[in-house]
Amino acid sequence: MSDATGSNLSKEQLLLPAVPEWRRMMNRFLGHRGLLMGSIILGLIVVLAILAPWLAPHDPYLQNISQRMIPPVWHEKGSWEHVFGTDKLGRDYLSRLLYGARISLTIGLSAALISGLIGTTLGVLAGYFGGRVDAVISYIITTRLAMPVVLVALAMSALVGGSLQMVIILLGLLLWDRFAVVARSTTQQLRDAEFIASAKVLGASTTYILVRELLPNILSALIVVMTLEMAHAILLEATLSFLGLGVQPPMPSWGLMISEGKAYMFFKPWVIAIPGIALMVLVLAINLVGDGLRDMNAPEGRN
Amino acid sequence: MAEYALELTNLSRHFHLKNGAFKEPTLLKAVDGISLRIRPGETLGLVGESGCGKSTLAKMILGLLEPTDGDVLINDKMRGASSRLSMSRQLQPIFQDPYSSLNPRKTIEQIIRLPLQLHKIGDANSQQRAVKDICDLVGLPERLLKNYPGQLSGGQRQRVAIARALILKPNILVCDEPTSALDVSVQAQILNLLMDLKKELGLTYLFISHNLGVVEHLVDRVAVMYRGKIVEQGTREDIFQNAQHPYTQALLSSVLTPEPALGLPDVLDSSAWNQAS
Ligand SMILES: Nc1ncnc2c1ncn2[C@@H]1O[C@H](COP(=O)(O)OP(=O)(O)O)[C@@H](O)[C@H]1O
Ligand SMILES: [Mg+2]
Repeated sequence: MSDATGSNLSKEQLLLPAVPEWRRMMNRFLGHRGLLMGSIILGLIVVLAILAPWLAPHDPYLQNISQRMIPPVWHEKGSWEHVFGTDKLGRDYLSRLLYGARISLTIGLSAALISGLIGTTLGVLAGYFGGRVDAVISYIITTRLAMPVVLVALAMSALVGGSLQMVIILLGLLLWDRFAVVARSTTQQLRDAEFIASAKVLGASTTYILVRELLPNILSALIVVMTLEMAHAILLEATLSFLGLGVQPPMPSWGLMISEGKAYMFFKPWVIAIPGIALMVLVLAINLVGDGLRDMNAPEGRN
Repeated sequence: MAEYALELTNLSRHFHLKNGAFKEPTLLKAVDGISLRIRPGETLGLVGESGCGKSTLAKMILGLLEPTDGDVLINDKMRGASSRLSMSRQLQPIFQDPYSSLNPRKTIEQIIRLPLQLHKIGDANSQQRAVKDICDLVGLPERLLKNYPGQLSGGQRQRVAIARALILKPNILVCDEPTSALDVSVQAQILNLLMDLKKELGLTYLFISHNLGVVEHLVDRVAVMYRGKIVEQGTREDIFQNAQHPYTQALLSSVLTPEPALGLPDVLDSSAWNQAS
């Protein structure tokens, strides 16, 4: 029966991939509980941040001295008017929290993008060209690793003054080391791969080889680093803002909210607990996504 | 037509192997003064054990590695005298490992089409048609074009690599152990395909293998390589029926050992070696 059509098809040609790639990825995604949970929480925070102008019940900057330090709704003196209460200037805490998510996400994403660009460029060049280029870049990486990030960030922001843009640029310039290390080692593994050699023989330019042949193959590793550095940047921003050297008042940064509440924390613990928990949940969600993505890309996880 | 499709003159490549910070680096002559000529349409088998320098030689021919000394002439023109682009239209590689030779993040169609895009040959439509034609030629089902290399078998991947090598219509193929990473059952199919293509397109092959048995039915001439040098060269009949050099004889008898892992019989002791050279 197979004579008519199958006679000139070899056995290997008849082996068909049964499930399309995206279906397999989808199944792995749904099968990974941490990744699923992390994505849902992170997605929720992103949606809340984007919709903050419509969701926030009050203007986050509006001060109302007669409404100071109202406790949250679950407290006996709380009210639905201010679900998470108000701060020492009578500003609505929920509205500030929603707008604060925008700051954290903006800083996390922008800083990780800048540092990703710097670190990936350095790492790929070092890994691909090796030799003297590698020696110089490795020296730069080592120098960067020898600097204590928090200290340098503090000193720099004390020097140039804090603002949203400054924090983004500062963290972007500081957090590229892991990108560089990962890009360098993954590039080293691939630089002698035969598909790279084949592109060279075909006369492809070095730029083409690096951007179109190599980069897509190291991207998944870099995305995992990206999540780590996003969480890192968000925490550092909170630290800087807490110390008064990051985002400046009256912006509703979560770190700043904790800082502004710290004088009241023994009597009204919710003023620091609410932004603190928000920060923890966001960082946890990002880390869950990062871990999950790493597992999804791990070759031993392939089905 | 060129007198020789491929001509190597006194080609050498040395590596300095570092032995730690305080010791002198040792000199490894991976390829040591090799001269070879291949006429258009001819198939030369280059045979030698692993580590004797075959891949290093292939890399120099492909322009992936600078020779320490000597020249590579392709269709009577010096490699390096013309651009990589024009060289790559005359000479293309088939690599050993079809799992490493295809970019895992590109579809089969993108992979086969890349040479046309890099060389700016034709528009999108004609490129697509050329890809389909070449798939017919190498026996690759068209429905695989949208797939990624990870979804293909080793044999199918090697067909993709062959299609990519042929789409620019080069006249020379450098095949560096093109079947040694494949299942035995698939090896014969790929070898047959390469032979059919040779007949159909009049290709010139430099066919590299560590296994004399693989080249026996393909080649016109054989060159035997040992430690960076050619120790014996001749027509297929010369080598298979009347090998002179003890190393060639050792290789020949190793073809007859039932398992490749058994390796070379121990005839390489110094007495036999000195007699011959
Ligand atoms: N880039 C390199 N640096 C140092 N030694 C090398 C390099 N490439 C190959 N060699 C050495 O050269 C010798 C020949 O290698 P190769 O050409 O790959 O052999 P074959 O392909 O015949 O198995 C081996 O001893 C190998 O270790
Ligand atoms: Mg080799």
